[in-house]
Amino acid sequence: MAHTEWKDAPGLPDFSLLKRLARDQLIFLLEQLPGKKDLFIDADLMSPLDRIANVTILKQHEVDKLYKVELKPIVSSSDQLCFLIRPRIQTVKWISDLVNADKVAGRFRRYKIIFTPQKFYACETVLEEQGVYGDVTTDEWNFYILPLDDDILSLELPEFFRDNFLEGDQRWVTTAGSALRLLQSVYGSFSKVYGIGRCAKMVYESWRELMEDGEQRTRQPEFAKVFLVDRDVDFVTPLCSQVVYEGLVDDLFRIKCGSVEFGPDVTSSDKSIKVMLNSQDKVFSEIRNEHFSNVFGFLSQKAKNLQTAYDKRRGMDIQQMKAFVADELKGLKQEHRLLSLHIGASESMMKKKTKQDFQELLKTEHSLLEGFEIRECITYIEEHINRQVSMIDSLRLLCLLSITENGLLSKDYRSLKAQYLQSYGIEHLLTFANLRQLGLLEEQQAGETLTVMESKVGKLVNDKTVGKLTDAFSSLAKKSNFRALSKRLALVPKSGEEYDLRVPRDMAYVFSGAYIPLSCKLIEQVLERDGWTGMEEVTRMLNGQEFAVTGGSSSSEARSKTDAQRIVLVMFLGGCTFSEISALRFLGKERGCRFIVVTTAITNSSRLLEALLDNSA
Amino acid sequence: AHLDLKKIELYEMGWNLKDGLRECLVAAAPYGGPIALLKGHYRRSPSARPQLEIYSSSGLPLASFPWKSGVVKQLGWTVSDDLLCVQEDGTVLVYDLWGGFKRHFSMGNEVSQSQVLETKIFHSPYGTGVAILTGALRFTLATNIDDIKLRRLPEVPGLQEAPSCWAVLTQDRQSKVLVANGSQLFILDNTACTPVTPPGLSPQASSIVHMCVSFSYKYLALLTDSGHVWMGTSNLKEKLSEVDTKIKTPPKQMAWCRRPKSQQPSAVVMWDGLLIVVGECKETIQYHLDDDSVLVPELDGVRIISGTHHELLQEVPGACEEIFKIASMAPGALLLEAHKEYEKESQKADEYLREIKEQSLLSEAVRQCVEAAGHEHEPETQKTLLRAASFGKCFLSNFPPEQFVSMCRDLRVLNAVRDYTVGIPLTHTQFKQMTVQVLIDRLVYRKLYPLAIEVCRYLKTPEYQGVSRVLKHWACYKVQQKEESDEVIAKAVSVKLADAAGISYSEIATKAYESGRTELAIKLLEFEPRSGEQVPLLLKMKKSPLALSKAIESGDTDLVYTVVMYLKNELNRGDFFMMLRNQPVALSLYKQFCKHQEQDTLKDLFNQDDDHEELGNFYVKASYKDQRLEARVALLQSAVDEYYKAKNDFSAKTTEDEMRLLRFQRKLEEEKDEQLVGFSLQDTMTTLLSVGLHKHAEQLYKDFRVPDKRFWWLKLKALAEKEDWEELEKFGKTKKSPIGYLPFVEVCIKHHNKYEAKKYVSKVTPEQKVKAHLAVGDMEGAAEAAIERRNESEISTVLSRCSATTDHLLMERLNRAKATAVKK
Repeated sequence: MAHTEWKDAPGLPDFSLLKRLARDQLIFLLEQLPGKKDLFIDADLMSPLDRIANVTILKQHEVDKLYKVELKPIVSSSDQLCFLIRPRIQTVKWISDLVNADKVAGRFRRYKIIFTPQKFYACETVLEEQGVYGDVTTDEWNFYILPLDDDILSLELPEFFRDNFLEGDQRWVTTAGSALRLLQSVYGSFSKVYGIGRCAKMVYESWRELMEDGEQRTRQPEFAKVFLVDRDVDFVTPLCSQVVYEGLVDDLFRIKCGSVEFGPDVTSSDKSIKVMLNSQDKVFSEIRNEHFSNVFGFLSQKAKNLQTAYDKRRGMDIQQMKAFVADELKGLKQEHRLLSLHIGASESMMKKKTKQDFQELLKTEHSLLEGFEIRECITYIEEHINRQVSMIDSLRLLCLLSITENGLLSKDYRSLKAQYLQSYGIEHLLTFANLRQLGLLEEQQAGETLTVMESKVGKLVNDKTVGKLTDAFSSLAKKSNFRALSKRLALVPKSGEEYDLRVPRDMAYVFSGAYIPLSCKLIEQVLERDGWTGMEEVTRMLNGQEFAVTGGSSSSEARSKTDAQRIVLVMFLGGCTFSEISALRFLGKERGCRFIVVTTAITNSSRLLEALLDNSA
Repeated sequence: AHLDLKKIELYEMGWNLKDGLRECLVAAAPYGGPIALLKGHYRRSPSARPQLEIYSSSGLPLASFPWKSGVVKQLGWTVSDDLLCVQEDGTVLVYDLWGGFKRHFSMGNEVSQSQVLETKIFHSPYGTGVAILTGALRFTLATNIDDIKLRRLPEVPGLQEAPSCWAVLTQDRQSKVLVANGSQLFILDNTACTPVTPPGLSPQASSIVHMCVSFSYKYLALLTDSGHVWMGTSNLKEKLSEVDTKIKTPPKQMAWCRRPKSQQPSAVVMWDGLLIVVGECKETIQYHLDDDSVLVPELDGVRIISGTHHELLQEVPGACEEIFKIASMAPGALLLEAHKEYEKESQKADEYLREIKEQSLLSEAVRQCVEAAGHEHEPETQKTLLRAASFGKCFLSNFPPEQFVSMCRDLRVLNAVRDYTVGIPLTHTQFKQMTVQVLIDRLVYRKLYPLAIEVCRYLKTPEYQGVSRVLKHWACYKVQQKEESDEVIAKAVSVKLADAAGISYSEIATKAYESGRTELAIKLLEFEPRSGEQVPLLLKMKKSPLALSKAIESGDTDLVYTVVMYLKNELNRGDFFMMLRNQPVALSLYKQFCKHQEQDTLKDLFNQDDDHEELGNFYVKASYKDQRLEARVALLQSAVDEYYKAKNDFSAKTTEDEMRLLRFQRKLEEEKDEQLVGFSLQDTMTTLLSVGLHKHAEQLYKDFRVPDKRFWWLKLKALAEKEDWEELEKFGKTKKSPIGYLPFVEVCIKHHNKYEAKKYVSKVTPEQKVKAHLAVGDMEGAAEAAIERRNESEISTVLSRCSATTDHLLMERLNRAKATAVKK
């Protein structure tokens, strides 16, 4: 199979250490509030927490009852309440209300808020404004990184995307910086840092400052290079339908914190089963990066092999049988169980995805990426909206159309928007405003007024201000320049060529050979050139903000041959998709290096767009 | 036991005092600290003000100024070299080493009313304390002047006049007062006055006339009117010795002279012109004094300061005694001798060495020499001893070099600070007790910056605690120099501090600001690399716009928040908004905050910016939070107005449509009792059709100019859902379907009605015929259509659906047709 471990792969650092660190600190914090206490946990922290410290561990440290934070009145009878939350104003306000309600009722309790990964001044301000600052104690649980797999680290901050790119709230920048600082302090410093995007630059700055403040540790680094990339550098990739197995599972069943719940249609029983999806799952690790059309064949081959392994029993003597039962049977059983689950999942996938609809959807996407038969695509999208196929999918196609075409013609924009609003309600006016702000869905302006202005201003003044002005302009109308980028970076292979998905020849295989993810292509190019030289045109089209810095540790020649030099850390600010991870794994295999992906959260088209909806309070 | 003392002259005093120390109030700080003199304070005439003078230990002037405040009862120094002047009224004035006034504090109402009778300033692990005996014969005490907690001690029974003598003790982590009233002795603590008796005090005494406590508070010496000195532990449990001085006049001063770990007690008593040292044995040692003098007790001896000289009296340290005792056979003495012979190139060196080595005491000898060197004041003697030690070391393998090396370093530093120009006569023992850190602090305090830096570099103190710290102090001093311009100072500071690690420019800037130089402070802040550090000071200096932009530069949102919240309280609303307007990052942060905390402020913000688009969005958002229809419509109307102002006709129109829709839904809800309000147009129509309200659905279709295609799809699905085939057929015939008839076929099939589906197959366009036939499972028809159209791919599609067993003939026909189609 294509993506099994290859020889000579550099070993990856042991990230379970990060879990241990987080667990120890959490226990320490819980012990700061001695005695029995009830613990309230933010809903989106429950799964990550479970990876770090399960209920048994919590109970060992005198946690009595566990509750999910629901922003409703509580029914706890405990005298000590502990809240483990993300630093959100809303949650803090809810806690303040609880405390105040207790005060009115004359009830005395001790309250402790543990913010993770850090405390924000705004939250403390709320406590102060609500008059409960003295009644609660606050702490920080510096749980920055959750290792989801051997090569995936997640900050588990889905709101990073909306806060940073839509609301312009940069509060998470220092968090990302601290996460890098943590990695550095545990695994050694990096020799080179590359990045692109405003946020990437800020994260790097914040990280650098943290490094300067703290002590320098000189030790053998476990990574060579770091690449920071903003999600808004490449919106196209996360908007495409995913077709590699892991991505498809995420699109269809939603992988949550490294595990997925397969419903009855997959398990072919009446109950759902939760499965961890990572490299520990031998079956999954072999198919996760495969195009889904290959998966079924692989699985059936696997089933045959399994049968053969079982069949070994026949003709065994007692001794051999004993050994077989002791050594292999358990493994085989486990494999059997997983295999049947994945077969179920891919069956369910095939059922949904080989239908006419899906093929047409993919065809439309590919046309958009290639940039022909746009009219047909628009008609398809219109019908998609009219037939109420899917709220998110329609929006996704609209965005894809806008980005690839540098905005929609006024006429199309208005008619499609009107259609959409009729379908899903006027509240989406706000969604459209959000999408426009991010440059995801725009109306083409008459003439190229902005570029003209830009060049005029550029002639008048020539120093930093130009940069700032251009920044301002580009934020006014973010040009995606997708077509030009695609041409320059050869993202879309020439049509008409056969693409054998069984033997991928480049990263395009993750989108059925139709498109190489822009983000991954950038990484490939920069690593190849060891910087941005020769890519000036590309970075200009991506609104600049690129950088390449040589790290503090002088990279001595002696080290250059070590494994570490072949490990590259890629940090996605605003989320990354499984397709991108698969593409990077492929790239790593081609180049004899390994990529470790650090992301603020795992995303896909639905999550990305849902974050931008504004149809609910 | 015999007491060996040595008296070393530290300095010939650099000052020029006409009358010596007569009629002066004198205070000298321990650890070779500065000396303060208040001259002529006994003369109480307003014409001649007393003069306060401050000198280094070598008598070099540091400050001098006429005393203009009240009558001073006592001078004293704090542990950090600040001068305390206790006035008659209980006010304590604090001056720095340079005579600069720092602050003052009071010892309480009771003291100021009954006036100060006597005062003692004392040091303890908690800092510097002040004890006062008031005119009302009560004691008031503060243990730490930096954190004043006044304590009034209980009354002493039977005290009619000022006690004959008293002292402050520190015991059991508490400061207590020991008072003698005649022959009676009391200990006063917070709660009680306890009578005590020193064990074995000679009975002929009728009164205790003087007392003193050792530097460490462990020992106590009492002098009785019979001239006996009683020495014992300060807890009065043990008597160490008692000696008769044979002098019955009251002395001027008494002090302990014992060095730490000494075998015997020793105290110094001073009368006019006479100094007597008492120890364990009956004999006393007497010194003649030419001049009025002052005793300064130290950790390991007593300093004697007179009008002309400064001397140190101390017990001869063990190591020195061993080595320098006449005819000593101690290993150190032999080693020193051996080295002397070696220098003379005499073979006796070898004999001495052999003697030491035979007893295997060579390492002991080296140690003795090193230790003795530390106690010697003369550099020449130090060198001789160290050379001997070094010589001895050559014959030792594995002798750890640390002691020797650090002693050389220490002595070099000590010799430097003992220099006349610096005037800090520290002994090695004191230096070790004080630590390098404190010594550097003292040098810095004396503005001896270059020396301090040299010391740091020489002792290899980590830069952060050493050189950088000194430079910071230097800079803080520099910025207060009023005569130099901002530019010059800023430049000088930046040049000097450029490459020093861990310098906080913001601290220096704070100093500049505190001394009233705001512009300089701002200049200095520019050098601060961490913008986060600049913000608090900028806020303090009311440079809020700069603070805001620096905070934003730092990328630290918390910092931005801090500034924003500060500004919110500091500025009026208009100015606040204006400032935010120029700082998008801060503005968006504040908006985030408002979204949760202050919705109305958000509106005001948009209003101020004339951001009608955002205002429109704001109202739309508000509208769906409101449950009441009227309120919703009203909010939407506001949104419409704003959208028009924003020239966003599209949004305005859409919103108007929504208002219409809402009214329509409401009306229908009332009439037909169907849940409709809040549905999208599509959902409304679907609902209407599903309950058979076709007319109303049609009306919406027309009113809202719903595209035909959408309406057809919608109605098609709704009718199929209801399985209202009759109505569907009617609908299909109303006019030509804009979506064609294939959807009709597919929808019917989806609802498993092949019969109905077939009705529409004929209406399907030729391009879709094949698909339609296939959908209803009519292979013949599909084949027919495909062949007719001579379309190769369609023929193939049909072929793939044929089953080899049942459709044998059909397949043959198709294959033939395919062949011809390909040919063409």
